[in-house]
Amino acid sequence: MTSVSQCFEHLRDHARCALIPFITAGDPDLETTAEALRVLDRSGADLIELGVPYSDPLADGPVIQAAATRALERGTRLDDVLKMVKQVAPTLRSPLILFTYYNPMINRGIEQFLQDIAAAGIKGLVVPDLPLEESDSLLKPAAARGIEVILLVAPTSPPERIAAIAHQSQGFIYLVSTTGVTGVRTQIQARVKDLIVDLRNVTDKPIGVGFGISQPEHARQVMEWGSDAVIVGSAFVKRLAEGTPAEGLKSIEEFCKSLKASISPE
Amino acid sequence: MTTTPLPRSLQADSSPQSRPDSLGRFGKFGGKYVPETLMPALFELEAAYQQYRNEPDFQQELQGLLRDYVGRPSPLYFAERLTEHYARPDGTGVQIYLKREDLNHTGAHKINNALAQALLAKRMGKQRIIAETGAGQHGVATATVCARFGLKCIIYMGVHDMERQSLNVFRMRLMGAEVCPVASGTGTLKDACSEAIRDWVTNVETTHYILGSVAGPHPYPMMVRDFHAVIGQETRVQAYEKWGGLPDILLACVGGGSNAIGLFHEFIDEPTVRLIGVEAAGHGVETEKHAATLTKGRVGVLHGAMSYLLQDEDGQVIEPHSVSAGLDYPGVGPEHSFLMELGRAEYYAVTDQQALDAFQQLSQLEGIIPALETAHAIAYLDTLCPQLTGSPRLVINCSGRGDKDVLTVSKILNP
Repeated sequence: MTSVSQCFEHLRDHARCALIPFITAGDPDLETTAEALRVLDRSGADLIELGVPYSDPLADGPVIQAAATRALERGTRLDDVLKMVKQVAPTLRSPLILFTYYNPMINRGIEQFLQDIAAAGIKGLVVPDLPLEESDSLLKPAAARGIEVILLVAPTSPPERIAAIAHQSQGFIYLVSTTGVTGVRTQIQARVKDLIVDLRNVTDKPIGVGFGISQPEHARQVMEWGSDAVIVGSAFVKRLAEGTPAEGLKSIEEFCKSLKASISPE
Repeated sequence: MTTTPLPRSLQADSSPQSRPDSLGRFGKFGGKYVPETLMPALFELEAAYQQYRNEPDFQQELQGLLRDYVGRPSPLYFAERLTEHYARPDGTGVQIYLKREDLNHTGAHKINNALAQALLAKRMGKQRIIAETGAGQHGVATATVCARFGLKCIIYMGVHDMERQSLNVFRMRLMGAEVCPVASGTGTLKDACSEAIRDWVTNVETTHYILGSVAGPHPYPMMVRDFHAVIGQETRVQAYEKWGGLPDILLACVGGGSNAIGLFHEFIDEPTVRLIGVEAAGHGVETEKHAATLTKGRVGVLHGAMSYLLQDEDGQVIEPHSVSAGLDYPGVGPEHSFLMELGRAEYYAVTDQQALDAFQQLSQLEGIIPALETAHAIAYLDTLCPQLTGSPRLVINCSGRGDKDVLTVSKILNP
């Protein structure tokens, strides 16, 4: 299966900007999550981020918080999520990136956690509450298992931190587009453009912009500013949760296609 | 009196002044587990704290306000009738003193930290203040200092806590604070804390977060401890004045653990002083409804720090329960986890019922209505006193007054 880095190499060879949708596992149920992964994969996703529902999602806004709460109320367990991933991942073109808070990882033990997600076919890992200073214990053992750990850069990160994070990050660099939590916003802050330039000056690694991107115009804007990937979360989670699962799946299919069209060469 | 040698880890190289280490670690506990957006703010806060903590101008302003505005020093009061209550038939027994933090302005120890952090925020040029609150005491303290310094104040409070602490909600609003209800989770302290952190992530460039306990990411556990250390420092002086020696036992309730650390810190390197923290056992530690983190939790990460945590098999944080809103928290300050694993401090738990009994007992024996949080520390006397020999001097941190709780307790006692 393709790694996150390999996926970006391929895209770069074709001068394409990647689309990375995010959905929360277990909302409304894991069967729908499995189907959503397949739908996204054939509707233009290049990589897919799968959120592990957590009781205290500090970095998430109301949409993803609510999705996590619903998933947990339905009894979604990490083992069930990984079992589902193990079945679905081999049928997908897109590498899967797991988005999880740190506590469920240390609860299982870092080594065991990495072993379990690698066995399920996960290729990348985003841990929003694990900053650079605390990531040493994760980067090496993850690399040993073929899991790339994607670190985040924020608008508040000073230049020397940006360089250090870019140096350590694997797969790509996740550029948080706003000072804030995840969620739909009406426009993308203009300073993202400068941040992409700052990052580009210190690294050749791919850059993915996320948090707040909710419309095809945003995606296009971010691509034009030089981003290698656009990450869209809450806007997918919200659509998938509206109406019946079939309606939700139909809705994310159309949305995924429209996002893809907005960042594809004319 | 024999003195036992200090554990190595408590000797010079890791004296209280040098704990935590530069990464904010107390042993393996503490650290900074927050979104990247906040990391620069934590560095900025740490730098500001290190700059101002010893600056004469800052200290002069803080000390002046602690004296004239807060009313410090708070008395060390000999609780004569409580002492009699626990005396043996021959008249000997534990000598009980109360460190009267309940007499501070706003009625609890919380003002020590809120005041100092407000002074810090002012110097950092932050005009907008946010805080979380459970029982409302920290919220009231923060609203108070914001009124005093003309700072914009937003308090996050769980909807459930707003109901059981409605008097404090009124007090905060009266002083000009905006109280934001938090409905997520169970609508208690943990959810209010998460929401405050989300606000901070969003408004970090203009906002200072006055965290109210010795929890959260570094530098908060260190800084909040230092701002409350005055409790123990005064106790040392007052004990010396009253009996020319040290206390033998210190007793305090522990939710996040700020009042306990405030009392303990001065005495951590005094091996003869026994340190006891009392957690909330709710309906009982053998039930699922308690908040006894150190007694029943496992190591985890919550709100930016590694510490003991109430969590399920999957690492999902468990909703705690306590009759006392201020102890209703699934985490605990990292330094308490460190002191427990080191064996330097002991932690026990008392139930809602035991705390309610102590609430009435102190009211009736001493004419002091304690906060329900404080009542947990007092309740442990029933267990502790029969185990003691001689006449040791015991200081309880009377961390807050119970006016805020009378409505809750009256509903329970007269349903």
